[in-house]
Amino acid sequence: MTNVDQSMLDLNFCRVPEMGSAPVGSAAETRLARLWESAPGWRGWLSTVDHKTIGLRYLVTAFIFLLMGGVEALIMRLQLARPDQTLLTPEQYSQLFTMHGVTMIFLYSLPILSGFSNYLWPLMLGSRDMAFPRLNALSYWIFLFSGIFLYASFPLGEAPNAGWFNYVPFAGLEYNTGPNIDVYALGMVLLGISTTVGAVNFIVTLFRMRAPGMSIDRVPILVWGTLTASVANIFAVPSVSLAFFMLWLDRQAGTHFFDVLNGGKPLLWQHLFWMFGHPWVYAVVLPAMGIVSDALPTFCRRPLVGYSAVALSTMATMLLGFGVWIHHMFATGLPTLALSFFGAASMVISIPSAVAVFAWIATIWLGRPVFTTPFLFFAGFVILFVIGGLSGVMTAAVPLDFQLNETYFIVAHLHYVLIGINVFPVVGGIYYWFPKFFGRMMNETLGKWSFWVMFIGFNLGFFPMHLAGLLGMPRRIYTYAPHMGWTAVNMVTSVGSFVFAAGILIFLVNILVSLKRGVPATSNPWDAPTLEWAMPSPPPVYNFAVIPFVASRHPLWEDRLDEGVGRSSLEQGYLLMEGRETIGTTPLDAKPDIILKMPDDSYTPFFLGLFSALVFVGLLLHWRDFTVLMVLACSLSLTVWMWPRQALVQRVQDIEHDKEAAHG
Amino acid sequence: MNAFEFRSRIGATANYALSLCALAILPTSAALAENQVAPLNYFLHSYGPASTPTMFLGWVFASLLVAIFVIIALLLLMAIFRKRPAVAPGLLGREDEGMRWVYIGTGLSACILFALAIYTLITLNAIAKPTRAPALTLTVTGYDWWWKVEYEDDDPTRSFVTANEIHIPVGQPVLVKLKSADVIHAFWVPMLAGKTQMIPGLTNQQWLQADVEGVYSGQCTQYCGVQHAHMGLEVVAQSEDEFRTWQDAQRRAADMTAGVDAGKALFMDRCAGCHAIRGTEAVGAHAPDLTHLNSRRLIAAGLLTKSPDHLVQWITHAQDLKPGARMPNMVLSAAEVDALSAFLSTLN
Repeated sequence: MTNVDQSMLDLNFCRVPEMGSAPVGSAAETRLARLWESAPGWRGWLSTVDHKTIGLRYLVTAFIFLLMGGVEALIMRLQLARPDQTLLTPEQYSQLFTMHGVTMIFLYSLPILSGFSNYLWPLMLGSRDMAFPRLNALSYWIFLFSGIFLYASFPLGEAPNAGWFNYVPFAGLEYNTGPNIDVYALGMVLLGISTTVGAVNFIVTLFRMRAPGMSIDRVPILVWGTLTASVANIFAVPSVSLAFFMLWLDRQAGTHFFDVLNGGKPLLWQHLFWMFGHPWVYAVVLPAMGIVSDALPTFCRRPLVGYSAVALSTMATMLLGFGVWIHHMFATGLPTLALSFFGAASMVISIPSAVAVFAWIATIWLGRPVFTTPFLFFAGFVILFVIGGLSGVMTAAVPLDFQLNETYFIVAHLHYVLIGINVFPVVGGIYYWFPKFFGRMMNETLGKWSFWVMFIGFNLGFFPMHLAGLLGMPRRIYTYAPHMGWTAVNMVTSVGSFVFAAGILIFLVNILVSLKRGVPATSNPWDAPTLEWAMPSPPPVYNFAVIPFVASRHPLWEDRLDEGVGRSSLEQGYLLMEGRETIGTTPLDAKPDIILKMPDDSYTPFFLGLFSALVFVGLLLHWRDFTVLMVLACSLSLTVWMWPRQALVQRVQDIEHDKEAAHG
Repeated sequence: MNAFEFRSRIGATANYALSLCALAILPTSAALAENQVAPLNYFLHSYGPASTPTMFLGWVFASLLVAIFVIIALLLLMAIFRKRPAVAPGLLGREDEGMRWVYIGTGLSACILFALAIYTLITLNAIAKPTRAPALTLTVTGYDWWWKVEYEDDDPTRSFVTANEIHIPVGQPVLVKLKSADVIHAFWVPMLAGKTQMIPGLTNQQWLQADVEGVYSGQCTQYCGVQHAHMGLEVVAQSEDEFRTWQDAQRRAADMTAGVDAGKALFMDRCAGCHAIRGTEAVGAHAPDLTHLNSRRLIAAGLLTKSPDHLVQWITHAQDLKPGARMPNMVLSAAEVDALSAFLSTLN
């Protein structure tokens, strides 16, 4: 066999990667650093494809959007603090609640998780970069530009104003004549490109870029969460991109997809939107749940209880998540039988969540909790997750939803879900990985303050919304009369929302203080088990001086856990330094398979992103020639991007001993 | 007995048992007094068979889920704070422990969810249709931002149209057909029934029934534009006799009293393009029918109580009271205001 294989290969392309070690300061390590470094100054800034830089950019950008959405929310809470207020006009209120939703759902909640995953995946998986570094850069640039695009009409008072789910015909040209909805529709199609290429990158990275030995049952739960979310996005995003594209065609090209007078169907929009929308809701919480599943055990001084069960429940949630979109539409007059099915399915989806909750509680119970700030955020998250999950069970009960739908009860539920299950793990995750990101510890005193102020403020602000909903307060009303009985709950909610904002502010102050004056961090300050803690903080540009061999789920705890057979090898491994290189492994068992030649830095992702965004600007403003020019510029950027280069020629790797081991 | 009947009997029995418990704490006669405080408080108040089973479902769900939350929160707190024997620093727990937590916790959750799902389906079945044929059918059409209400009759001369105020006979199931003239709205009178969207191009329907006389507030619950907040309605449940009297009065065309010709002419000139008054040449169909304006309790889709002062305010300052509404600010001289008021006061 071997002989036949050999004879069929061009021997020039055969290469057995060298094994060895490259301690900091050695000649090999210096060479690696030079290979992977970006150019200094603005050139490197625009052209870098380093996943760590891109990950941090995602985190910072998404967090800025969180703050913008938060300020919008605070303005709304001022308006609603007392009955019959006139701080905002109805139209201003409409634009604020729409932009608040768009910002939080699309520009904050998934991008922030993409930030974590971009930064952490290669470090957790033992790789030197994502599978497609340039695609990664493109994904970020398009996210940034689409965020700017979606906000471009805000200062003009023409922001999207039909709610984030944008029901037609209200979002149609007849009832919404300004550019508001066109901005939203085109911005969403643009953002869809970013989400899609990002998802492709995650999926391929997971299946091909793991360190040798990191079989599929050894990857961290965050990786399962982001993988599941990415696969879901590949299926879900086309639905919403199509819906928005059809809406834009209706508005600008005179088609009749949703136009009632010409046989269009407004209900089609709701189906297309929620077929996307519900899976998306899970896509923005599953990776966050993964953050907790990975980080909580570190502070419980034991591995996660039920790794396989939690990983499987992640995927089960997502699969079921594709079959429950109708629960956003219980009040649309669908037949009782259909409602029964989707109602029951919406209850079943709580079962995988129960798996995760009991796994977390068992982990704490059987562990020995260390009361640091990240632990507080993760334990607080479990409480909020349970509240959000239980209120979700109420809304899944069809007859009850006939009452609860479109009231503040839903607003309360979705904020417990999105803030509780996304923001709390995200902030906890930043406290956890900040030492890795920046090489300094965050301040614990400020950290505990930020947790308690956020936790109390959040519950004070959002729990009363349940009561407002039960008292009949509809969503999206810009004011209310004093006799409706909603005065007290709204005042408490407004006060709570400002307390919550103060907690976020303390967190931001902590970041700034710690960046400057934080205690320098060691490589593994929390004594955590996963690979990202095996390298210095902050990590070197090349991540791993040698590609490690992984023998268990907890490479850094192996000596004490005594699990699995053999030991991971972190100091000795593949050197791979003929240009930017890393190892490609087989999808399930992670056997070494190929040497992957990784691309150098490039300006093309930035320019392709910029020109794509300008295509959409041209479409929005009806600048036909400009649009055509920008399409040509996009093609040119793509051509430059795709231009064949000798350095990127893939060479068939040939690690005979490993292949034989696999067959033996 | 077929399966459907069987299921609804189970539902009826369960609901009967619950309503016995509920009667002790909820005097039915409190209908009107409660309405004044929180008129949409469906969680504690329900006055008809299309919503009462849902209210009980809500109580069962809410109390059970609160109990579950308390149990889980206690478990979490115990997990965090329970006493542990001292061990050497750096020692780690074993990975293979603790699965019993997941098995038991998930197993119990699944059983509870299964029971809740069954109870939900029984309730859904109980409220899906009235037990007897509706005594009355009417059509409500959502407009930006008010409600057109049409009472149909086999004899077209007995059909009539009104706005924002629905009268129904007490104790009778009423079928409501739901349409929209523009964007999606949702019809919701929470103390009597859940909500249903009104979707352009479709005719949805729902039923409701009030077992206690009184006034029940309703509200649009699907965001429909700038004045979504001010799109209210009222359902007035009356005895059969009062309802018939009201219906007969509504069927009549407007009584044109003499002596208000100036105001009438002004109305025909300035208002009739949108508003209709049956029995006159005013046949506008874009705004509420004003034939029996003075029979209504509220104006501007629930924004203001109807009084001569409020009417004048509304006519001259609609855009200040309800910015963005289709009703413009009418520029009228003092004499014109008086004349128009005098005319409107005759629309009994």
